Amino acid sequence: MAAITERVAIAHSEARSYHGIWAWLATVDHKKIGIMYIYAALFFMAFGGAEALLVRIQLWQPNNHFVSAETFNQLFTMHGVTMIFLVAMPILIGYINAIVPLQIGARDVAFPRMNALSLWLFVLGGIFLYTSWFMGGAPDAGWFNYVPLSGAHFSPGAGVDFYDIGLQITGIGTLMTAINFLVTILNMRAPGMRLLRMPMFTWSALITMLLILFAFPPITVNLILQMMDRLFHATFFNIPLGGNALLWQNLFWIFGHPEVYIMILPAFGIVSEIIPTFSRKPLFGYESMALALSVIAFLSFMVWTHHMFADGLGPIVNSIFAITSMLIAVPTGIKIFNWLATIWGGQIRFTTANLYALSFIPLFVIGGISGVMLAMAPADLQYNDSYFVVAHFHYVLFGGTLMGALAGLYYWFPKIWGRLLNEKLGRLNFWLVFIGFNVTFFPMHILGLEGMPRRISTYAPGYGWTTPNQIATVGAFILLAGMLILLYNLIRTFAKKPDLVQDPWDGRSLEWSIPSPTPEYNFAQLPLVEDRDAYWVAKREGNGELPKAEPVGPIHMPSPSLSPFFLALTVVIAGYAALLHVDWLALVALLAVFWQIGLQLVHEDHGYHVHPDVPAGGAAE
Amino acid sequence: MSAQSETTRVALEHETSQELGLPKDHRILGLWIFLAGECAFFASLIGAYLGLHTGVAHGPTGAQLFDLPLTTVATLILLSSSLTVVLGVAAMQRRDVRGMQIWLWLTALLGIIFLEFQGYEFYTFYHHGLTLQTSAFGSAFFTLTGFHGLHVAFGVFWILLLLFQSLRHGINEDRTTKVFVMSLYWHFVDVVWVVIFTLVYLAGKVS
Ligand code: HEM
Ligand SMILES: [Cu+2]
Repeated sequence: MAAITERVAIAHSEARSYHGIWAWLATVDHKKIGIMYIYAALFFMAFGGAEALLVRIQLWQPNNHFVSAETFNQLFTMHGVTMIFLVAMPILIGYINAIVPLQIGARDVAFPRMNALSLWLFVLGGIFLYTSWFMGGAPDAGWFNYVPLSGAHFSPGAGVDFYDIGLQITGIGTLMTAINFLVTILNMRAPGMRLLRMPMFTWSALITMLLILFAFPPITVNLILQMMDRLFHATFFNIPLGGNALLWQNLFWIFGHPEVYIMILPAFGIVSEIIPTFSRKPLFGYESMALALSVIAFLSFMVWTHHMFADGLGPIVNSIFAITSMLIAVPTGIKIFNWLATIWGGQIRFTTANLYALSFIPLFVIGGISGVMLAMAPADLQYNDSYFVVAHFHYVLFGGTLMGALAGLYYWFPKIWGRLLNEKLGRLNFWLVFIGFNVTFFPMHILGLEGMPRRISTYAPGYGWTTPNQIATVGAFILLAGMLILLYNLIRTFAKKPDLVQDPWDGRSLEWSIPSPTPEYNFAQLPLVEDRDAYWVAKREGNGELPKAEPVGPIHMPSPSLSPFFLALTVVIAGYAALLHVDWLALVALLAVFWQIGLQLVHEDHGYHVHPDVPAGGAAE
Repeated sequence: MSAQSETTRVALEHETSQELGLPKDHRILGLWIFLAGECAFFASLIGAYLGLHTGVAHGPTGAQLFDLPLTTVATLILLSSSLTVVLGVAAMQRRDVRGMQIWLWLTALLGIIFLEFQGYEFYTFYHHGLTLQTSAFGSAFFTLTGFHGLHVAFGVFWILLLLFQSLRHGINEDRTTKVFVMSLYWHFVDVVWVVIFTLVYLAGKVS
């Protein structure tokens, strides 16, 4: 398994080359874009985490005055918005960027420049959202931003405008990611990589992108309608003038429920990669896993009113949606049993990545059980708007998505950065996070059942809420300690020399068959895929070399370009101008946006060529 | 045939990126997928309209305002632009660059005429007391048809860019894909209008 060292000679390059920070701003390489997604998500996670800690400090004791009620509203709103739109989704999209093209044996994504545009819309849109703190106050109507609370009457500040415009900006970027990866996965698989030979992470990415494609337009429309109301005095949500408050809720949750699956399916995919690798067994029930992903995605569009049981939509509507919601537990259960069957009888290695992946299973099951409890419409009237819901979605989103994302970080770190994270620190990191998470969020089940409403800035003594709240706050600081260990581990690892180890875990899929970090063209020769787990088979039955689908030759690469960055920047300028009512600037910026899109539509990129230098003996024909 | 049209009648050069294994039809699949997302976008807007169109408050109703003969003419104009764009693509496939350009000009022109109809309609509705602010019906009507109008306007802009590109540089395989992709978008915008015409104007007049 000698790591092939390949040197790259750029024979002739028509492309402009960029250096230093410009090279990052202009890159269209999916691996660099993936890295920037992950960095930005970790960066925003620090802010989202700080907001959560402030919330927990405020709730430490009854009648606390650590922050004002107004600030508290902004804190929990921005915490939710950040964690969902700026952390969970981007970190998963980061892995999808960095890994999926490698797993399918491709050299890049279908639309590299559009990929860069997605990245910059997310990064600049996120920064846009965060500047609200200095421009009159952050959004404060909760992450689902219900009307009429979020309307101009009850939220006169600019906070909700930042929400409306900021989420449109990042959302359009996400939608473009969906188009990009759907085409990439459908069109760019290496020869022989049939759909049912794709690694499960790629499968999860495919299904997630379908969810994004159909879930993001409804929220975009919703945000547009509210923006029209708030900026131009339209009356979509103005009830005396014929508006309808339930319209917001419906459009929001038609997006919102698929959204939670957008955040969990890639985590399913990560776990489905890690558990087989560290059990040294193929994934049990591969086809049923792929099918379960598809069924979950389909069902996820049919359950949205389970967030609206308390609206009084009537027993028929509530029953139908209660049943469809509980149905989702079936494909989800299939996945759980398949993971357990994969572990069964395997040679298990308890690496940090595997610890995270294994812990995912029980934590997610707890979240699933509370989910089914919430889906019982009559019982939900009791749980609704209480800490029980908070406990539920943190078990699925933290215990599920974030544990999965951290598993993926330890697992793919050597592939993406060419260095192994320290395992001792990793284990410490894992146990602190695991314990801290449960100490923080388990008591919230009890708080909810005891009637504590979510989103209250303080509470009176004498309800029995103080002790569980204090336990939760202690847990949050254990979590903080765990995340600081992760930070230390990252810094330490970046400070050391790269290990350049190609296949540290005895991996199964194509990404482990190429050097770490990966050369810009990924595969010197595209592989010929003849099996599921093709690399594993090549190692067990051959010399660890995959058959090649093409001779060595010059490789065509897309040119770097700054235009995606500037296009995203113009979009953000238009956003600020609209929000500040500088109408002429908004108009000019919007026209500039369309002009730049037009230029992209007629753009012709000739790219440049790279000559992979495959050492003698390494080049099998 | 003048010398000028000879120079524009550029033979389709062999696309270099194809030789290099850069599959070029990603853009076609990409556009279809984009249109699937656009379906969800317009479905949400139309859904919002259908939910709100009875919320007229003190303003006029659709039945009072809609001028079916006028809108029917506008619809026919937009639909015929689907035909002209088909003829443009057909000419392109015959390598008749001049023909393609003429049909694309015509398509853009029909799009612009449609937009003028829409502008006129907005203007009369405004004078009959329907604005974005009057009622939820007004908000939903102007937002839905306005977004459709923006799509038409963007399509016109796209056609004109491709026209100028072909006038200046002729046409090659890469650019034919660009034109083809644009034509798919244009058809979609027309189809959406048919849905809007049926659900907003026809149904609105009946009720
Ligand atoms: C068996 C599967 C699941 C069922 C039956 C289920 C059911 C529910 C129900 C009924 C609610 C609404 C509770 C209320 O507001 O009264 C809810 C809330 C929520 N669920 Fe789930 N859930 C499931 C899985 C998931 C997963 C996998 C995720 C995310 C990864 C998730 C994320 C959320 C979130 C974020 C909320 C709260 C939204 C809010 O009010 O802010 N759920 N769930
Ligand atoms: Cu839900």
